[in-house]
Amino acid sequence: MSTPEAIAPGAPDLRSGPRKERIKDRAFRVAMLFCLAVALATLVALVAQVAVKGAGSLSGHFFTDYASSFPENAGIRAALLGTLWLMGVCAAFIIPVGVATAVYLEEYADGTKWWNRFIEVNIQNLAAVPSIIYGILGLAFLVRGPFGMGRVVLAGGLTLALLVLPVVIIAAREAIRAVPPSIREGSMALGATQWQTIWKQVLPAAVPGIATGVILALSRAIGETAPLILVGAPIFIAFDPTGLNSDFTVLPLQAFNWISQPQSEFKDLAAAAILVLLGVLLLMNALAIWLRNRYQQRW
Amino acid sequence: MAPGRVSLGATNRRLGERAIRVALFAAAAVSVLTTLGILVALLRETIAFFGDVGIGHFITDGEWSPLFAPPHYGIWQLINGTFLVTGFAILVAIPLGLGSAIYLSEYASSRARKFIKPVLETLVGVPTIIFGYFALTFVTPTILQGLLGVDVQIFNVLAASLVVAIMILPTIATISEDAMNSVPQSLREGAFGMGATKLQVSTRVVFPAALSGIVAACVLGISRAIGETMIVLIAAGQKPCSGVDPKQPCETIAAFIAATGKGDIPTGSVEYKTIFAAGATLFFLTLIFNAIAIRFVRRYRQVYE
Repeated sequence: MSTPEAIAPGAPDLRSGPRKERIKDRAFRVAMLFCLAVALATLVALVAQVAVKGAGSLSGHFFTDYASSFPENAGIRAALLGTLWLMGVCAAFIIPVGVATAVYLEEYADGTKWWNRFIEVNIQNLAAVPSIIYGILGLAFLVRGPFGMGRVVLAGGLTLALLVLPVVIIAAREAIRAVPPSIREGSMALGATQWQTIWKQVLPAAVPGIATGVILALSRAIGETAPLILVGAPIFIAFDPTGLNSDFTVLPLQAFNWISQPQSEFKDLAAAAILVLLGVLLLMNALAIWLRNRYQQRW
Repeated sequence: MAPGRVSLGATNRRLGERAIRVALFAAAAVSVLTTLGILVALLRETIAFFGDVGIGHFITDGEWSPLFAPPHYGIWQLINGTFLVTGFAILVAIPLGLGSAIYLSEYASSRARKFIKPVLETLVGVPTIIFGYFALTFVTPTILQGLLGVDVQIFNVLAASLVVAIMILPTIATISEDAMNSVPQSLREGAFGMGATKLQVSTRVVFPAALSGIVAACVLGISRAIGETMIVLIAAGQKPCSGVDPKQPCETIAAFIAATGKGDIPTGSVEYKTIFAAGATLFFLTLIFNAIAIRFVRRYRQVYE
């Protein structure tokens, strides 16, 4: 910072230009601040409104009761369990496939070969496909068509898994890339094979980054509604999902069902279900941040 | 090789190493198969749909009413709805998003920035069902009909687009802020040295230098708006429309897919195929926008040391 100096009377103030420019500058600053304020205020209003409307319906029985045609008896038991099941299926798919893809692309793939470049470009493009299109994919191949499993837990979980797979791959690649080459060279120099090096040295060092990516991917999957409208339960589910072949509903889908009801009591229930969803998401994000700070290595 | 010398290659070529390589490649192929699956699913049923309805109807018919008798299958009404919502949304989201980005990058103290940036980044991942709820139960009745006294129907384009704008705002703001933030400080200092005001530095130095990133952010926002389903399904109604009146309900492509796919429609019926024809249209629309973004970014990218 330069020290302000006295300006000779009559000389123009060179530090901030002519007066007109200074006023325009002020006005611009205020306008930009206004944009940010509006953006933050609406987003705060969004969360606040859900919290105000939903808080009243949060009670013990809301978590343990099934959906019902009487709003005062309705709860999210089936939706909570369905969400847990789907996240289980999703994690069981995206962790091995996502990490294996990342390992292949970072450690094995020859970037000059067209098929490896194709895989990379393809992953980037998949990340930009609207989620409803994944619902169509699930509907055509998993719910009906060759697999024909119906609107069950496995179909829903796999649809979400394919949807968030790019997130895991991109995060895992970054984590693997961050492990310095000297670790690999040291391991290889001691006679380890490439896979031994990856399994015993690279992956353990990359686990925090990979885990963060997996949690972020699951936190995206947990809030997805659109694809599950096509592969999920169309009606009220008033039983616990019992396995991969069970019908299911999930929190956002249950919330959508309640929003679609004309009575305002049901809309408040939807707000409560969304509030629970937001709570779960907040926990997952906090866990991801904690993992990153706690285990992140600086090489 | 001379006797007594040890080979420097691996002494034990383990078969497992090759098997692992193949398995890893197979995992990488899953993402390619996903793309292939999407293309096959969309195209197969879309071609069957054109066999039933005729591609001419799809493109030239001015009305979309597949459930009425006689049915009409003109996709333009759905495209109209999609562009209507997206258009109004970006009118609001791009100025607000870029304004927020300029303030964060050029004006805000580093402490404020450190606090606000992660908040915006977290908001990118908020489930869109919340936005739908907000549009239907707050924006339409309280803001539009109540506070502003606009004569809108319960389901209307205006509320949906405003809320889609709120949804894509954090995306536009955070990505373009990244771009502005990575403009080298020396450029700003050079401009300040010539006596420029902050306004001039922000709009004539930082903004053009970060243009490729800013455009990428906006196009990403647009393509999210085009594919957004829950907000429009909940708040914009399920009635296809022509014209640009935002006070009436209007169905978008994504909303149609969800509304139709919700029920148990028989496989192979024309109704079932409409989902795929609409899906293919949506898929190619977003593809076009992404391709434009990639070209633009390549063309205008500035590389600093």
